[in-house]
Amino acid sequence: MRKYFDKKNVQAKPYYTDRFHKVPHIPKEDIATDEVFAKDVKDLESSFFIKEAYIQKGQLVIYINPKDNVEVLKFLRDKLSYNFLSEHSAIDWLAKSGEFEIFYQLLSTSKHKRMRVKFFIKEKEEIKTVSNIYKSADWAEREMYDMFGICIVGHHYMKRILMPDDWYDHPLRKTYPLHGDEAAQWYEVDKIFGKEYRDVIGPEERDSAKIVQEDTYNFSRIKHEVPFGAPYSDEQTQTDYQEEGGIVIVKKLKKSESKILKERR
Amino acid sequence: MQKVNRLQPFFENLVFERDDNHMIINFGPQHPSSHGQLRLILELDGEKVAKAVPDIGYLHRGMEKMAENMIYNEFLPTTDRMDYIASTSNNYGFALAVERLLDLDVPRRAKVIRMMLLELSRITSHLFWLATHALDVGAMTIFLYCFREREFAMDLFEDYCGARLTHSAVRIGGVPLDLPKGWLENLAKFLDKLPNDIADYEGLLDQNRIWKMRLEDVGIITPKMAQSWGCSGPMLRGSGIAWDLRKEEPYELYDEVEFDVPVSETCDSYGRYKLHMKELRESIKILQQLIPMYKETGPELMAHAPSYISAPKEQIMTQNYSLMQHFVLVTQGMRPPVGEVYVATESPKGELGFYINSQGDPYPYRLKLRAPSFWHTSILQELLVGTYLADVVTIIGNANIVFGEIDR
Repeated sequence: MRKYFDKKNVQAKPYYTDRFHKVPHIPKEDIATDEVFAKDVKDLESSFFIKEAYIQKGQLVIYINPKDNVEVLKFLRDKLSYNFLSEHSAIDWLAKSGEFEIFYQLLSTSKHKRMRVKFFIKEKEEIKTVSNIYKSADWAEREMYDMFGICIVGHHYMKRILMPDDWYDHPLRKTYPLHGDEAAQWYEVDKIFGKEYRDVIGPEERDSAKIVQEDTYNFSRIKHEVPFGAPYSDEQTQTDYQEEGGIVIVKKLKKSESKILKERR
Repeated sequence: MQKVNRLQPFFENLVFERDDNHMIINFGPQHPSSHGQLRLILELDGEKVAKAVPDIGYLHRGMEKMAENMIYNEFLPTTDRMDYIASTSNNYGFALAVERLLDLDVPRRAKVIRMMLLELSRITSHLFWLATHALDVGAMTIFLYCFREREFAMDLFEDYCGARLTHSAVRIGGVPLDLPKGWLENLAKFLDKLPNDIADYEGLLDQNRIWKMRLEDVGIITPKMAQSWGCSGPMLRGSGIAWDLRKEEPYELYDEVEFDVPVSETCDSYGRYKLHMKELRESIKILQQLIPMYKETGPELMAHAPSYISAPKEQIMTQNYSLMQHFVLVTQGMRPPVGEVYVATESPKGELGFYINSQGDPYPYRLKLRAPSFWHTSILQELLVGTYLADVVTIIGNANIVFGEIDR
């Protein structure tokens, strides 16, 4: 019988675990250790609910309510001078808690500080767009929708950005296999030839490491190449590109007169 | 077998001319000056662009997905394929992010070598930028001149690591090799030569009537716009904001070398061209300071952290425990602590950031690549509106976008 695999997370997993290995944690420092961050968090707390705030690797991390995302970012940009949104994406925790973790990575050039605003949403929950606060969120949100299927409300052009418009499923979810799912292997066949040709062409081989013995096109039979579709033969093929006594590529090359430079001129 | 009509997807531009006399054209994805696979859907009002929609994803390889399925060392060569014009900067960005995660201390010699490679790749990238940008605008000579000098830098890379384009010359924890014999002399020769060449380019372009007409007051990015769209690198400094991560958040030995951060106040393409030329000179300055610094360093090249980094080859071959450890690190991979880091470095194109969320497994739980070109392409939808069709080529070339990095 085939071994059972959990489909909630189909990514690569370590096959060996050390019983005695204790995983260390990167320490979370108290916000009081940094004056600027302590003040920022105090200002934020006066008008928003902050679940958790700590400093990790010199960057402030705060957890907010998902409903507040627009107002918090507006406050951070206008009042606390975090003028750049350098990154915005999500983390898939669906297998663990059925949630996505959204993060906004912010930078303040005047304070020389970086911070991360984070919150959790449920799988089908929608979030409000921040692309009218930081325009850079425009494409970041589209990418997030494309990769995770998180719906954003109020975005002016909510469309897939990296994958084709009619792609099935969202590739960066942990349930999505690395080589693509069932729909992915038929995508190009359906698109170019049509569904009725599925039997003729067969599914697309999406594992780039796979070698088919008879297939001379993927270098599995070097010097035994045959025309496409022809049966495999053991006879060695002629691979010399020059005809006998025929074409010489460089006509006037005289080897005796050429010289190799010792160093660059 | 193939039906002729099958290859006309529904989203292609079926309506060319509309009632309002606007015309919709596809610029790319196979246009030579779209610098890769950029498809721009332009709505033209006569010669002027009324609306621009950049369409990307033609080079999407799913690197973030791949990263989740690879051990950290395995992923490093993949980062080469992001910004393939200056691949060392990607290798380095990733290696630095993992080092911060592991809290590693890299030996000084490795730091110097890394900085040399980083600045050399900045030079190759800027030369390539000038070459292709000038070619787009119509200056063929510059293209050949720049490639001639770039070849010298590429040969230096080849001498060091054997590869010319995808180096993988930086490892997590240091560098694998010391500089070969005579490399520093060759580098010094290159550094002596390059300022004259830059003067040549400037002699050809600075007062060139066509070059100025096509670049001046074209593609104006105001400081406000640059901040809002998350611009970085030359695109940000071209808008008068002096922000260079090498200066502001120094990594490696950038706080020990002397260099300036050039800024252009004009906010246009010509200003950014001048800026790139100045940055080339600053890179030369840094490299010249690095040569004596290298000579004062000790021989160590890799960090000493037995639980994360393999021992030197000599030790692996002579000591059993090092060999066992190497075997475990290669087959299973290192297990970094639980936590997350966002580390940004100044790549030639701008802020290259790596966000890593580690759950203590040999595979990163989530790795987000913040590639500067992605954000610089998104600005096109605002930047191109109101410009002429001919200026589109200038602006795309000037933005210095590389598609390996945008689509990842």
